[in-house]
Amino acid sequence: MNKIVALTGNEAAAEAMRQVDPDVVPAYPITPQTELMHRFTEFVADGLVKTEMILVESEHSAMSAAVGACAAGARVMTATSANGLALMWEIVYVAASLRLPVVMTVVNRALSGPINIHCDHSDTMGCRDSGWIQLYGENPQEAYDNILQAVRIAEHPDVLLPVMPTYDGFIISHTIERLEIVEDAEARRFIGKRKPLHPLLDVAHPVTYGPLDLQDYYFEHKKQQADAMVRAKEVVRAVGREYGALTGREYGFFDAHRTGDAETVAVCLGSAAGTMKAVADTLRAEGRKVGVLKLRMFRPFPADEIAAAIGRAKRIVVLDRAEGFNAVGGPLGAEVKAALYGKSSAEVVNCIYGLGGRDLSPDLARAAFELTGAGPVHLGVRE
Amino acid sequence: MADEKGSRELPPGGLILEAGNAVKYLTGGWRTYRPRVDKGKCIDCLQCWLLCPDCCIDVEEGTMAGYDYDHCKGCGICAHICPVKAIEMVLETEGAGPADAKGRFGSKKKA
Repeated sequence: MNKIVALTGNEAAAEAMRQVDPDVVPAYPITPQTELMHRFTEFVADGLVKTEMILVESEHSAMSAAVGACAAGARVMTATSANGLALMWEIVYVAASLRLPVVMTVVNRALSGPINIHCDHSDTMGCRDSGWIQLYGENPQEAYDNILQAVRIAEHPDVLLPVMPTYDGFIISHTIERLEIVEDAEARRFIGKRKPLHPLLDVAHPVTYGPLDLQDYYFEHKKQQADAMVRAKEVVRAVGREYGALTGREYGFFDAHRTGDAETVAVCLGSAAGTMKAVADTLRAEGRKVGVLKLRMFRPFPADEIAAAIGRAKRIVVLDRAEGFNAVGGPLGAEVKAALYGKSSAEVVNCIYGLGGRDLSPDLARAAFELTGAGPVHLGVRE
Repeated sequence: MADEKGSRELPPGGLILEAGNAVKYLTGGWRTYRPRVDKGKCIDCLQCWLLCPDCCIDVEEGTMAGYDYDHCKGCGICAHICPVKAIEMVLETEGAGPADAKGRFGSKKKA
């Protein structure tokens, strides 16, 4: 039986964490993530979870503690945003390279500077090549669902990679919506127990974590990470299917909304998808053949599947909530373009929108469907 | 390196599953200067043994008995701390090289 509740994105994420009941949570506050950990520490104080909560002195320490505890064999979760993620940087890579299945929710916020606390994807896009799996959520429901699935994906023996479920700061984190929560017992059965591969606390079998790794082995270890990321695709799909059987909400790599016969398809991540789908429905009612591909999984990047799903369109508009500063486009635009290379004759238009929390209004969303030219076009900026 | 294990054979994450494995990793080749002890001056105070960061001072029956040159990186701490200046650092290229020592990097040679 699912329970229907009204929660903000942060409260929904905290609810997922309560059900996971991780062994260790090291965390440091940063807007707009703060409310998530605020809520979770209340669960700790009220004895609703058995978690060892570590209030650290910085995000660098938060991720360091997460690495240590996860290597010890604990199930570890944390959360951050923007500059907090930037301060973790060094250890974000260490978690992935030690193959530690940490789950860290990132509540998307624009990186400084100038200082800004509102949503864009510059924070998580910056670490898209750090070796973490990235799942972008559209609303509080997906914020909750992705966290439960992230634990299973990260700890799967074919994967053993950290996972970063994300959702948009304020737009999702601080907005109350209706969502369905799985019963505690069912959620815990779905999550199961972590079976660590070589935990440091198994003192009968001592192992070395993090030895010097030079010209003779480092390359092989990077290849292992890359192979695990490829294997993660099937695991993400399998876990999404199992979650669908439990909740009625099945998850895959992306959500294709009316793309079947669409001549123009918009591709986007996160909360923008809600607006884009609503505007697509309006345009459909006007007789326009438009659709929306909302990408859920950005790492690993489902290039072949994207090409198969939308390659037949005449025009593909890719919306990026992160600037590439004269790269081929924004990060999503560049990768979608690469995914379609040689497989599609569609005109691909890249558009940068919503930086620093700038609203994507229905009017702007409508304008996005009309864009032409290589871009990147900056949608909704004053010149 | 063709004989080393490949990515499909290695444990994940750069882990080493065998305890006490550092002894197999010979770091003597990193050395530029080799420590050499003059046992005529040495008073066996063993401060070199205490301070050597790589446990490369051989001790036999309470006396300083030479170096493990397979793992000594030539940092010079032993020579620096020696209260009677019995240890000097000699360039590997100046007569102190493998020719006068056993092992890949001169192991077991009592300098």
